[in-house]
Amino acid sequence: MIGFFNDMKTLTRRNLLRLIRTPEVLIFSTIQPVLFVILFDSVFGGSISPLGFDSYTDFLIPGIMVQTAMFASINTGIGVAEDMEKGAIDRFRSLPISRLAILFGRTNADSVRTLAVSIVVVLTGLLFGLRLTENLGSILLGVVLSVLFANSIQWAFVLMALLVRSLEGVQAVAFLPTFPLVFAASTFAPVENMPGWLQVFAEYQPVTTTVDSVRGLFFGSEVLEASGGSLATSITLTVMWIVVIFAVFASLSVWRFSKN
Amino acid sequence: MAAQNPSFESLASGDAIIEARNVSVNFGDVHALIDASLTVPEGQVRGLLGPNGAGKTTLVNVISTLLSPTSGTALVNGFDVTKQGKQVRSIIGLAGQYAAVDNLLTGRENLEIVGSLYQLSRSEAKAQANDVLERLSLTEAADRPVKTYSGGMRRRLDLGASLVGRPKVLILDEPTTGLDPRIRIELWDFLKDLVTEGTTVLLTTQYLEEADALADEITLIDSGRVIAEGTPSALKEKIGGSSLVLATRNSAEIAEAARLVAAIGNAEPVIDEDKASLSMHVDSDSGAIVQAAQALDSAGIAVSELALQSPSLDEVFLRLTKGGN
Ligand SMILES: Nc1ncnc2c1ncn2[C@@H]1O[C@H](COP(=O)(O)OP(=O)(O)OP(=O)(O)O)[C@@H](O)[C@H]1O
Ligand SMILES: [Mg+2]
Repeated sequence: MIGFFNDMKTLTRRNLLRLIRTPEVLIFSTIQPVLFVILFDSVFGGSISPLGFDSYTDFLIPGIMVQTAMFASINTGIGVAEDMEKGAIDRFRSLPISRLAILFGRTNADSVRTLAVSIVVVLTGLLFGLRLTENLGSILLGVVLSVLFANSIQWAFVLMALLVRSLEGVQAVAFLPTFPLVFAASTFAPVENMPGWLQVFAEYQPVTTTVDSVRGLFFGSEVLEASGGSLATSITLTVMWIVVIFAVFASLSVWRFSKN
Repeated sequence: MAAQNPSFESLASGDAIIEARNVSVNFGDVHALIDASLTVPEGQVRGLLGPNGAGKTTLVNVISTLLSPTSGTALVNGFDVTKQGKQVRSIIGLAGQYAAVDNLLTGRENLEIVGSLYQLSRSEAKAQANDVLERLSLTEAADRPVKTYSGGMRRRLDLGASLVGRPKVLILDEPTTGLDPRIRIELWDFLKDLVTEGTTVLLTTQYLEEADALADEITLIDSGRVIAEGTPSALKEKIGGSSLVLATRNSAEIAEAARLVAAIGNAEPVIDEDKASLSMHVDSDSGAIVQAAQALDSAGIAVSELALQSPSLDEVFLRLTKGGN
């Protein structure tokens, strides 16, 4: 067990070092959400005024934060595929380590990055008029919940990489599940305005419950109650989703990884 | 580790440190290895030789626990590669066929990370990394990102990564491919030093001279099967006979010379057009050289070289393998 934690620490450090050495990627992954904030705020800000929120900006920032974390988790799959193609995984697999640590080292490092980018999104929001009403603890909890959700999704992309076994393959397949999850959700617009058939999916799927939880944690449960929800419900559903997604995809990944 | 668990030691037969028994590996319909067996005594350098696609990498991957065999077993220091993988991995160092070093990190960081993963403490990992960098003449480039390294430096660093854990058994898949001759010879010397310190080395190679210079014994693989095994000189003796070597003064006449000598021996001459030379396998006491001299003389072909040589490892290789893909 101590071995596992040491190996995980070493491999997390390795992946973080790699991140720091590619400032282009870091800068781009920060510019993208900032651009999204500007674009969505300008395009939809005038026409959408979500029930219970002071401004569309308040509604939007939690959405962008979760959306950014979702898209970024594709990089986890790309990273695993790249390490496989370049032989890094074979090298690690030939060392006397816990093989699980190889995958956890990857998701840990990517979660650290997601945390950093999430904070940038919130700070950008503040520049654009975001007004957080809850205390700092509640706000941090919102950010952490979003990162934990992204961490569970990262495992889905780890599995995808282990199955597809190529960088291009992951890039090609990754957007298929990601787009409907991110857009058929309360990310950018309230679910109530969607057609009935879509609402059923949109209301309970994990991106919506996560975004709603973050909204409740940023602005208080009232903003959710205005449209018939509650913070307690959203958080409960989100935690359930995180546990289920993590349990399913992490165990399938581990099974797949130790199989060959 | 073995001392804590004496039953493992009894699995080793004699002082064999690597032992593969009837290993077969299938990838779908591809039979990459068929009943391959291999026994390497401790402290030996074993060369694994074979044409492209012969199954060398597959065998290396089985022995280094990266791949489970379809059937058969392999033991390293008495540990079963499928059931005691972690024990095996703690005593081996592997440098795969393609350099698996991290381009974004510096050479030193690469080695320190591998050192930590060999469960060395921070300071031990640092010291080992320093030592390895020194021994592979990479100290000057140690703190540069690996993406600025030349191909040869990258290859050396990759080899270095397999050394930081001070492995008892070093497994190298084509370690000198792409290295210039000087660096290659330096690496040979380096490997010889390791062997005198007690390391066992299993290496695959495409270079017969490398196997000749380095290996105590050679295992020849072709199409997934072990087809010959022995010391380089034993293998040369095995095919017996000698080589008739000749070169013509006029390069245009080499084809005609080949036609003439082909009638003497019972093997195909191998022609090197660029050097206007050829070699052909002949029986040692056949008087072939006299017949060749007479035939060439009466055809009016002037030769710059005509000699009988003991066979090279190249010929052993070409005669025993049919060549893969
Ligand atoms: N993952 C795989 N899936 C399918 N076939 C494979 C796989 N790996 C290897 N093979 C096949 O198994 C055979 C042996 O391959 P291997 O890589 O062991 O050869 P090799 O002797 O190392 O060749 P080279 O000198 O070219 O490196 C080849 O026919 C190869 O195509
Ligand atoms: Mg190979």
